[in-house]
Amino acid sequence: MAPGAPSSSPSSILAALLFSSLVLSLAQAIVVYTDREVHGAVGSRVTLHCSFWSSEWVSDDISFTWRYQPEGGRDAISIFHFAKGQPYIDEVGTFKERIQWVGDPRWKDGSIVIHNLDYSDNGTFTCDVKNPPDIVGKTSKVTLYVFEKVPTRYGVVLGAVVGGVLGAVLLLLLLFYLVRYCWLRRQAALRRRLSAMEKGKLHKSGKDSKRGRQTPVLYAMLDHSRSTKAASEKKSKGLGESRKDKK
Amino acid sequence: MLLLLLGIIVLHVAVLVLLFVSTIVSQWFMSNGHMMDLWQNCSMPGGNTRVCVLSSTNEWLQSVQATMILSIIFSVLSLFLFFYQLFTITKGGRFYLTGIFQILAGLCVMSAASIYTVRHTEWHIYNSDNSYGFAYILAWVAFPLALLSGFIYVILRKRD
Repeated sequence: MAPGAPSSSPSSILAALLFSSLVLSLAQAIVVYTDREVHGAVGSRVTLHCSFWSSEWVSDDISFTWRYQPEGGRDAISIFHFAKGQPYIDEVGTFKERIQWVGDPRWKDGSIVIHNLDYSDNGTFTCDVKNPPDIVGKTSKVTLYVFEKVPTRYGVVLGAVVGGVLGAVLLLLLLFYLVRYCWLRRQAALRRRLSAMEKGKLHKSGKDSKRGRQTPVLYAMLDHSRSTKAASEKKSKGLGESRKDKK
Repeated sequence: MLLLLLGIIVLHVAVLVLLFVSTIVSQWFMSNGHMMDLWQNCSMPGGNTRVCVLSSTNEWLQSVQATMILSIIFSVLSLFLFFYQLFTITKGGRFYLTGIFQILAGLCVMSAASIYTVRHTEWHIYNSDNSYGFAYILAWVAFPLALLSGFIYVILRKRD
């Protein structure tokens, strides 16, 4: 036991250290979320969402920074900064008077809107959040593509058409079966009433003269229709069978 | 009777195979080394290696994809319904539901192929030496076969 103990303890300490450092790094780091890609049409506006997760409470010293790197360009320039509860907007560069702050630090939201898009706005936007004392963490990037006409996303029309047609077919089937079910139930109720009337006629024929006079007429009519229907059915069945026999 | 049943099932499976092949295989349209289908555009620049990119997100192309998928769904449903009805409907009954679904599958394939025929220039660059691939032709072949098997189902009466 004695020789085993020292050899095992360093590894356990190492494991504990690794574990604690992992947990600590996970707990301490700030994680920023943005979209991967946004698409916009020329002249329209686009919202660049940015939110974050932090282990700390949202402090008063929270700051958001948006940086812009043009497509093919090497350097990123700061275009927006939010600190001490106040947004600072680019007033000289390409985004002059086109950026609008729509975020709210209380909701961990650092989104901005870019108005009046142009082809030259194609590029990568980086969102950086510092929530002191939680300042360690990666930034997040979103790429903006400006089109003449925003193309439909992959699979949107496909999903809509497939879902719509399947839904319509399902609805039609349901409707069909509902109507058939109601019809069958009405038929069954009619038949039940008929049989009840038949019985009632036997019982009440002497008692109730008024009903007794009315029911036979109705009964005779229904009975007639039923008998003709049965006859026609028999005929058609016979035909079908004869046809089958021919085959 | 058994022969008829077998023939019907073989026809149905053939339609299904045609639908699957024409939906999946990447040969709806060919033009000097490029092969295009509903899902991707492939080319062989070196001869052996195939380089594929996702096809465009054109609305019409997406509706072609959707109708092809719908036709497969309807045809598969129809096959299952046929086996179900074979054991449940009364003697002398017709396979209406099966037939309706198979006819729907045929109509879907038809609309897919015709949309492709009319609109394919919207997502292809038009060259002089291009032609439709065999998957496109298979889709057109699947259309009358699906309709035929659908009508056979509607006309057919159950015997035993």
